[in-house]
Amino acid sequence: MSKNRTAGYKGPYGYQKRREGEGRSCVRYKCGLTNTIQDVLRQRPGWMEVKDDGEWDFNWCDVGWLRENFDHSYMEEHVRICHFRNHYELTRKNLMVKNLKRYRKTLEREAGRIEAAKCDFFPRTFELPSEYHLFVEEFKRSPGSTWIMKPVARSQGKGIFLFQKLKDIMDWKKDGSRSEEQRDETQVESYVAQRYVENPYLISGRKFDLRVYVLVTSYIPLKAWLYRDGFARFSSTRFSLTSIDDQYVHLTNVAVQKTAPDYDPEKGCKWQMQQLRRYLTARHGTETIEALFKDVDNIFVRSLQSVQKVIINDKHCIELYGYDILLDQDLKPWWLIEVNASPSLTASSQEDYEMKCCLLEDTLHIVDMEGRLTGREKRVGGYDLMWNDGPVYREDVNLETLGSACFTANTHLGCVNDRKKQLRQLLKPFPGQKRI
Amino acid sequence: MMDEGTELSLTIAQIVQRLKGTHLHSQIERQAKECLHRPEIKLESVKEDVRNFLKVSGWERKLQNAVYRELHVQLPPSHPAAPPEHAKEPLAYMRKAQASWEKRILKSLNSMCTELGVPLARKRPAVEQKELTNKWNEMGTDEPDLSRFRPVYAPKDFLEVLISLRNPNHDSSEEASAKSHWGLIQVPLHDRGIPQMREAYSELSLTTGQLGIDDHTHVPPDLFESEHIRIGKKVVSEQDSAAAQQYSRQGCPTGLRADLWALILNSTNEPEDVMHYEQLKAGVIHHDLLVDNLIYKDVKLTASNDDYYFVFEDFLYQVLLCFSRDTAVLEHFSYNSATPPKSYIQGKVGIEEFAVVYPPNGVIPFHGFSMYVAPLCFLYNEPSKLYSVFREMYVRYFFRLHSVSSSTSGIVSLCLQFERLLQTHLPQLFYHLREIGAQPLRIAFKWMVRAFSGYLSTDQLLLLWDRILGYDSLEIVAVLAAAVFAFRAENLMEVTSLASAEAVLADLSTLKVMPLIQIFLFATVI
Repeated sequence: MSKNRTAGYKGPYGYQKRREGEGRSCVRYKCGLTNTIQDVLRQRPGWMEVKDDGEWDFNWCDVGWLRENFDHSYMEEHVRICHFRNHYELTRKNLMVKNLKRYRKTLEREAGRIEAAKCDFFPRTFELPSEYHLFVEEFKRSPGSTWIMKPVARSQGKGIFLFQKLKDIMDWKKDGSRSEEQRDETQVESYVAQRYVENPYLISGRKFDLRVYVLVTSYIPLKAWLYRDGFARFSSTRFSLTSIDDQYVHLTNVAVQKTAPDYDPEKGCKWQMQQLRRYLTARHGTETIEALFKDVDNIFVRSLQSVQKVIINDKHCIELYGYDILLDQDLKPWWLIEVNASPSLTASSQEDYEMKCCLLEDTLHIVDMEGRLTGREKRVGGYDLMWNDGPVYREDVNLETLGSACFTANTHLGCVNDRKKQLRQLLKPFPGQKRI
Repeated sequence: MMDEGTELSLTIAQIVQRLKGTHLHSQIERQAKECLHRPEIKLESVKEDVRNFLKVSGWERKLQNAVYRELHVQLPPSHPAAPPEHAKEPLAYMRKAQASWEKRILKSLNSMCTELGVPLARKRPAVEQKELTNKWNEMGTDEPDLSRFRPVYAPKDFLEVLISLRNPNHDSSEEASAKSHWGLIQVPLHDRGIPQMREAYSELSLTTGQLGIDDHTHVPPDLFESEHIRIGKKVVSEQDSAAAQQYSRQGCPTGLRADLWALILNSTNEPEDVMHYEQLKAGVIHHDLLVDNLIYKDVKLTASNDDYYFVFEDFLYQVLLCFSRDTAVLEHFSYNSATPPKSYIQGKVGIEEFAVVYPPNGVIPFHGFSMYVAPLCFLYNEPSKLYSVFREMYVRYFFRLHSVSSSTSGIVSLCLQFERLLQTHLPQLFYHLREIGAQPLRIAFKWMVRAFSGYLSTDQLLLLWDRILGYDSLEIVAVLAAAVFAFRAENLMEVTSLASAEAVLADLSTLKVMPLIQIFLFATVI
C-alpha cells in the first residue's frame, strides 16, 4: 500500500479525495510531554520525532513552551499545534468567570431572560480581591452557606479550601486603607470564591465528578467534538458537610486522592462513563438521563461560545480540553469553572492508559495531517461532532426532514464506543481504492 | 401418585395456608370491608361487586402476584408417606454428602472460634452500639483487624466435595469408553441436551429479538428495541408478576429493570418490609456475631477490590449483616437440601425447643458470597428495597449454588450439564484440556458458583440474570459457561497447561453473553 501522496491528488473519478495541499506521507512532530501522548505519537505510522530545533509539522507542547515560543514561531499553512495562544481565557478561573458573566449579560440583552438562564450552570463565583465587595453582598444574602476558595491558576486541587465565615478570607479583603508599601510587599494571590454545591449527587454516600473530553479545532467558526469515553472520579471517603477541613472528602481529583491516608492505588476510584450512565439510567430512567446529558452538552457549547470572541483564532491551533462536571441531587449538572487545557494524560491504570491512547489517536485522526478526511464527517472514532458553527444533529437535516420537530443532538457521552469499527469504515480509502 | 385434581387441591390448600395471616391478607380484608361504603356495591350482588372492586383497584393483581410467588417456592408434590427430608432432597446419597459437608463447615467454624477466642455471638456494650449506629452508613471506613479470620471455605473446597460424590446404586465399574463421562462429576443425574433446550429457551432463538443483541448500536431501534420498551412499560404499569417474568426472557431495558425484577420477585417495599429491615438493623446493633467478621473480610477481599463494585461497599454490609440475622430465611430450608447449623442449650441436646440456629438465618457465608449482592446495588439504592430483592433472589436461586442436591438448578446439575455439553459438542477441546491436566470444570466452577458475578461486566451480568429470572432456572449459567469455552476454543487448543488455560479464560469482561448463548444453543450443529 503506497503511502506516497502528493498534494492535490485526484482519485480515479476525477474528484478531489482530500483537501488541497494536504496529505503528508511523513509528519515531523515535536513532543514536550513524556506520558501517553509520547507513545501514541511514536506509534503513528509515518510520524517521526524531531529533536531540538528541527522543523516540525506537528507540536504537542506544554503551555510553558507555548508562552515562550509561539509568538516567535512562523508556522506554514499545514502546521498544527495543540494549544491556542490565549487558552488561559478559558482555563484561568478568574478570566473564565469574567467571560461567562459577560456572555450571559449579552445574551440577556439580546435574547432575553430565558435564553440567558441557560448559562446558569455555574455557581455564584467572584474574583478576589477585585470583586470582594460584590462577594460580601452575595455572602450576606445567604447566611450559613459554604463557599470554596480556589487559586485561579493552580491545578490538581492545590491551594483549595472551604470556608463559612468571612474572617477566614481576611487576606483577600480589598482594603483601600492599606498603605502603598503593604500592598507592594504582600501581593496576595488571585483567588475565586465560589458557592459550594452542598447537595452533590452521591453514589453509596460518595461524591464524584465527571471528567469529559472536548476537542476544539476552531473557534471562529466554532467547531467542537465530544469524546464518548470519560470517567467519574470518586472521592475515597464518604461525603459530609461536617468536616469542611477534610479536603479528601470534597475534592475528587485523582491527584489529591492519591495523597489521602486510606488511598489504595489498587482499588482505583474511577468508573468509566458508560458505567455511570448505565447506573444513572437504571436508577432514574432513560428519558431523565438523556435530558441530563443534553444539559451537559449545553455547558460545553455555552462555555466555548463565551470565549469565542476573545480567543485568538489561529487555524494552526487545536486544543483538547478536560472538563470537570458535578451533578447535584436534583440531577442538575454544574460546571465549577474547572477546565484543563492540558488534561492529565498520565494513566492511572491499564484501562485508563488504553482509553487515553484511543482518545489521543482519535484526536490525531481529526487533526488529519495525513489528509484522509473529507471534512464533512460527523463522527471520527470515539469523537462525535457536537457543534459546527451551529448544533449538529444525528439525523440528516434536509428539505424533507426540516419540518420535523424531532432532532436529536449528535452527542453520545457515556454511550457505546465502537471506534475501531467506525474508523475501519471511515479511513478505508487509500489512493486508487473506491470508497464503498 | 396423586391424580391431577387432588394435586391441584393440595396445592391450593397449601398456598391458602401460607397466605393466611400475612399482611396482604389483612390488607385485602380491610379493603373489602371499607369498600362496602362505596355506591357501586349493591346488596343483591355484594360478592360479585366486592370482587369486581378488588380487581379494578389492583388488589386482585397483588394477590395473583403473591400466589405466583408462592408457586415458585412451593415444595414439589410428594407422597403423603414421604418424610420431610425428601422434600429437601429426594436422593439419600446427596443428603448424606450434604450433611457431612455441613459437619466439616461447622467444625471449621467452631475451631476458628476456639482458636481466636472469639465468641459465636456477643452482646455489644452500649458505647459500641452507639458508635455503630452513627457509622451505619459508612461501615466501610472501619478497618478492623481481620487478619486472623479466614473464610470458612472457598468454592474450590466445595468443588472437591462434588467431585467425590458417588451414587452407591450406580455401577461405574465398566471400562472407560467413549460413552463414559470425561469430566469430574461422576453422578448420573438427568440433564437436558441442546435439542430440548432449544424448545425450552425458544425466546432466545436466532429469529427472536433480544436485549443484549438487537439493541446494538447498528440495529435500528424500530426493529425491536422501541417496541420491547413499550411493552415493558405496560408490564410495569399493569404490575403483573407473571407477565414480567415472561417479558424478562428477552431482556429488561436498563430503565425498567429495577421495577421488573421487583415485580418478578414480588418484592415490595411496604411499611412492613421497611419495619422488618429496621428490626434486623437493630439486631445488628445489639449483637455482634462471629460471622460478621467473615462478611467484612469477604467484602474487603472481593467487592471492594472490584473496579465497579467498590463504591457499594457500605450497602453490602448493610445488606449482609442484616441477612445473617433474618430468621425468615429459615423457611427456605424446607426445600433446600442444606440444614441450618444448630446448637443446643447446655444439657438439652436434641430437644428442638432448646435449639438455636447459628447464624440466625442458617447461612454461613463463604469466600465470594458478597458478590451475590453487589450487582443488585446497581438497581436499588434504598437499603430495605435492596435487601428485600436480594433475600428473595437468595431463597429462590442462589442457595442452590452452594448446596449438594439433585435439583436441576442445583450446582451439581449445572456442573454435570456444563461437562456434558462440552463433551458432546466440543469433544476435541475437552479431550485436549483433559490431557494437559486442565479439567474444564476446574476453571468454570468459580464462574457458576457466583452466577458469573464479578467475572462479566455489569451490564452483561444483568442481561444474564434477566434470563435466570425469566426462565426461573440457573441452567442458563451452565450453558453460558460452555459457550465461553466454545468461544475461546481456538486459543484453548493451543495451551499446554492448566495455568495457561486459566490465563486464556481469566478475563471475561469483554464478553457479550447473549450472542454467545444464542449461538451455542441455536447455531451448534447437532
